[in-house]
Amino acid sequence: MTTETRADVVPAPFAAPSTDDGGWQRRHLLDLDDFTVEELDLVMRTTDTMKEVLSREVPRVPALRGTTIFTLFYENSTRTRSSFELAGKILGADVINISASGSSVSKGESLVDTVKTLQAVGADVLIMRHNRSGGPYLAARTGQCSVVNAGDGTHAHPTQALLDLYTMRGALGDVRGRKVVIVGDLLHSRVARSNAWALTTMGAEVVVCAPPTLVPARLGEALEGHLPRVRVETDLDKAVVDADVVMALRIQNERMQGGYVPGVREYSRLYQVNGERVARAKPGALVMHPGPMNEGVEISHEVAHGLQSRVEEQVTNGVAVRMAVLWLLTRNSTKAAKAAAKGAL
Amino acid sequence: MTERIVILGGGIFGPATGKSELLGVLLEDGRISAVAKDIVVDGAREIDAKGLIVAPGFVDLHTHLREPGLEYKEDIASGTRAAARGGFTTVCAMPNTEPAMDNASIVEHVRREADARAAVRVLPIGAVSKGRKGTDLAEMGDLAAAGCVAFSDDGAPVYDATLMRRALEYANGLGLAIIDHCEDPSLAHDAVMHEGWVSTRLGLRGAPSAAEGAAVARDIALAEATGAHVHIAHVSTRGAIEAIRAGKARGVRVTAEVTPHHLTLTDELVAFGAHGGWDLMYDTNAKVNPPLRSADDVEACVAGLADGTIDCIATDHAPHAVIEKLCEFDDAAFGISGLETAFGLCMRLVHEQKISLETLIERLTIGPVRALGLDRFAPGIGTLDVGAPADFVLLDPDAEWVVDAASFASKGKNTPIDGVALKGAVVATYVGGVRVDRAEVLVG
Ligand SMILES: [Zn+2]
Repeated sequence: MTTETRADVVPAPFAAPSTDDGGWQRRHLLDLDDFTVEELDLVMRTTDTMKEVLSREVPRVPALRGTTIFTLFYENSTRTRSSFELAGKILGADVINISASGSSVSKGESLVDTVKTLQAVGADVLIMRHNRSGGPYLAARTGQCSVVNAGDGTHAHPTQALLDLYTMRGALGDVRGRKVVIVGDLLHSRVARSNAWALTTMGAEVVVCAPPTLVPARLGEALEGHLPRVRVETDLDKAVVDADVVMALRIQNERMQGGYVPGVREYSRLYQVNGERVARAKPGALVMHPGPMNEGVEISHEVAHGLQSRVEEQVTNGVAVRMAVLWLLTRNSTKAAKAAAKGAL
Repeated sequence: MTERIVILGGGIFGPATGKSELLGVLLEDGRISAVAKDIVVDGAREIDAKGLIVAPGFVDLHTHLREPGLEYKEDIASGTRAAARGGFTTVCAMPNTEPAMDNASIVEHVRREADARAAVRVLPIGAVSKGRKGTDLAEMGDLAAAGCVAFSDDGAPVYDATLMRRALEYANGLGLAIIDHCEDPSLAHDAVMHEGWVSTRLGLRGAPSAAEGAAVARDIALAEATGAHVHIAHVSTRGAIEAIRAGKARGVRVTAEVTPHHLTLTDELVAFGAHGGWDLMYDTNAKVNPPLRSADDVEACVAGLADGTIDCIATDHAPHAVIEKLCEFDDAAFGISGLETAFGLCMRLVHEQKISLETLIERLTIGPVRALGLDRFAPGIGTLDVGAPADFVLLDPDAEWVVDAASFASKGKNTPIDGVALKGAVVATYVGGVRVDRAEVLVG
């Protein structure tokens, strides 16, 4: 009903995705750990629609006109922020950026106060990057606006995992039964966590690979429902055999200093995704990386820019996926939708 | 004029003697003067305890009263009122105050304030090191003379092994124990919860169980080497309990306590909250140190309590202000406000038939008294012996109630079980024959 009503108010912005929404009720996107196959499918289908919008000569639709989006970033990430900002603007939303530096946030204002303030000035959606795991959950409990987790601490990065899934589906058709190898700092990676949930839910075989010091506690054990069902393999040469996708994660310098691994040289010798290792995977296997890449460390220059690399496509798909997420989260609750609903009465 | 009170019709627990039977208790001038069948005394005030259990008042070896210096979290009046509501008639005040209780003048100040404003008896614990900095011994002799019943740097472990050795030796000369918060900080570095599947799922830094086990093993080795008495605060891991069990079997002077939350709650509370939903993911009220552990650790804690490896239950009552919990999980303060829920929470173990009611009451009363030898400081507490102070509680083991943090007497409303139904309630608490859990009554 809402979709149709909207169509009256907003001049047919795009071919609305199927109304069979799998009972989508979400107001927030915090993680993918409780997403169903149907929900993930809906995001994928909606992303298809958004890709069509992006391919237009003038990629602008007023679907979120009247919606106010705040991006609140406690960590710098130009690429993620601009991807969200672009997604919001293409859909006609007002997007206001707040960073932890240069605002009251840096003066020690609490997260709860910040969220309340943003809500008071009319935020409908809060896109939040936080250096603390769980920060967006606190924001979601605090306010009435929709909260999108744009990466929290070492916990989750759901839109990254959605765009990765979208990229894989684009190349492979379906990920069911496909072997996806994720290699890198699993202990601190929010990308790995969210990808593991989404991919295992969609039926992929997920093998995670890291030095034993960077494998989080109990990952890989049979803890159905508690942790994603992945296999842990600490030898990358074994892990990549027959893989359909090889995804390298960024290894941060501080992990080297933190004593998790002896050093960059040994890490790249043992865990770098390079040509030799990609050759052990299936022919034409996809090479992915959430960026930004440390070329020569976790991924070799040749592979990062080689024919099998999907890194650039990941970035493009990022905008479409974020458009889909913003649309799905707000279509029933934005001012436009509320106005439309009122008008219908 | 002598005031006489008779308690009639209750089931009497005298854990010191191991008896539980229907008897009457006669109180005269704040002391117990008779425990017998059919007490009839003319002119005595009667307390009707029909259907209730009469037990000695509980004794808590581990209470953070926060005074002096941290009164925004708790003070002696509010903390001891919370104790009274929870059935505790004696609490041992931890010295991690501001400034720390590391010298006699602060101890004297706390005792004076307690005399004036406390609802229950307060026994101070002195710091092990000056300023709790872990480098130089505090003036333990002065602290002992001022009335400290043990020493602890709780809030932090005594990290330096040589300082711990010296502290054990020095305290032993004074006949007192060192209470250690056992955690190897180089292993538990920056951790905010237990290391397990929940920490993996939530992306939070976890403390491995071995961080506690390693510290407990060290302390037992040092107690064995020095012949001194070490008391392990709030044990929470199977490894630590096994080390204590083995130490006791060898005759090492090691005693231990466990908190109600480590006996009943697991790390899953951090993820799911006490109501089993996702609304409370990253519940900062479940952030506590030592952290809530795995179900296996909880099982080991219960078994250790049942077989006596763990001598007693202590609350580690750690009240905090709202803003210290209303923040990101990493930034939240550690601690649970536990005095008022201790009995109800522990009664779960009785209703689930994991321990007997007798054992539970023993571990809340004479257990802690014996662990630290507190009868030297307050003769008779933890018992209903003739001549003991009339510190007792009336308990209803089957009364159902719902935890309401907002109504706590404690300033700390930080509990992960707000809104949870418990079975087993403290009906009334008396100190020296005076009821203290309701009115603004003061001891003395
Ligand atoms: Zn402690």
